[in-house]
Amino acid sequence: MRLNMASKFVNFGSKLFKSSKNLLSSAYAKRSSSSGSARKWIGARQKLLTFGALTGATGLLMYAMDASVDASSDNVHPAKQLWPHKGLLTAIDKESVRRGYQVYKEVCSSCHSLQYIAYRNLVGVCMTESEAKAEAEGITVHDGPDEDGNYFDRPGKLSDYMPMPYPNEEAGRAANNGAYPPDLSYIVSARKGGEDYIFALLTGYCDPPAGFALRDGLYFNPYFSGGAIAMGQLISNESVTYADADVAPSASQIAKDVTTFLCWTSEPDYDIRKLLVIKVFIISSFLIALTYYIKRLKWSSLKTRKIFYLPEIQENAKKAAEGAKNSK
Amino acid sequence: MKVIYNTLFKRTSTYAVAIMASAFFFERAIDVSANMIFDTVNKGKLWKDIKGKYE
Repeated sequence: MRLNMASKFVNFGSKLFKSSKNLLSSAYAKRSSSSGSARKWIGARQKLLTFGALTGATGLLMYAMDASVDASSDNVHPAKQLWPHKGLLTAIDKESVRRGYQVYKEVCSSCHSLQYIAYRNLVGVCMTESEAKAEAEGITVHDGPDEDGNYFDRPGKLSDYMPMPYPNEEAGRAANNGAYPPDLSYIVSARKGGEDYIFALLTGYCDPPAGFALRDGLYFNPYFSGGAIAMGQLISNESVTYADADVAPSASQIAKDVTTFLCWTSEPDYDIRKLLVIKVFIISSFLIALTYYIKRLKWSSLKTRKIFYLPEIQENAKKAAEGAKNSK
Repeated sequence: MKVIYNTLFKRTSTYAVAIMASAFFFERAIDVSANMIFDTVNKGKLWKDIKGKYE
């Protein structure tokens, strides 16, 4: 990615260089045509512009040349996938979200929390209310003091949040070699590369390159910063069995579904935002057209005024003023 | 044009009523058309398309 940016800078910098050279030549040409003090001012402005452009261009070129030979960062940049929700007006695939929830529950929830999603959030997105209730009733919740002051366990309700796999961060670290499995609610927004990164990470496990020192308990993943990740490869073919027989649970299908689910948890208002694109576009195009018309209407009197210099009027005015002065 | 001016735009009170009424219908029209466009572009991806399987 950095290489791409650097080449863009080189192109821009060289264009700026050429244009500043043109400006300089036109400045010299203009000198002969204009006259007097105006000439001095135009020349100075041109010189300043060309100087500014030249400095910017050289600075940019120097940075770009330097950047293009730097090694890029400490991980492989994820490949851009063609997500079904990546268009201008496209929504998140809810069927995929439904399967993704199943994957999360069966594979990821043993270590990763999803603390900002409640069972009620699933209703109307990927489940009916009764299905979500059944999901909630599958967990037990340790609830607050009752009238006698005792804590008690009860089955979950729709209003409960997803259960935490560990009671606190220390327990999470202790169970995972010192690495805390991050909460996944906003992980797609919180990681550079978004859903492409998560997908690449989940499917990108491979053998470390020769000479790579991998500590015990860590695994190699080229997409992870530094290469050594504490999570092993958990998603492979048939890790999960889907209820829908038409969808084959290959590793990439499973990873795609869970990533789509995490896209939804990270941005639950995704669909509404895309809907608003349409509405804003329609209304603002109408309003912009109206505003443009009214502005041009009101400014037309100013824009079509004409200013004349008539010497006789000047002379007569001067004579009248002198006459008035003399008579005083 | 003259009819519209004389009936609606001449008095501020009638102008205001005209604005409010047209805003109501305009917004309804935009809501309906935008929802239709969105649903057509995203056929099969929305909950309303798949909930038939699970009700």
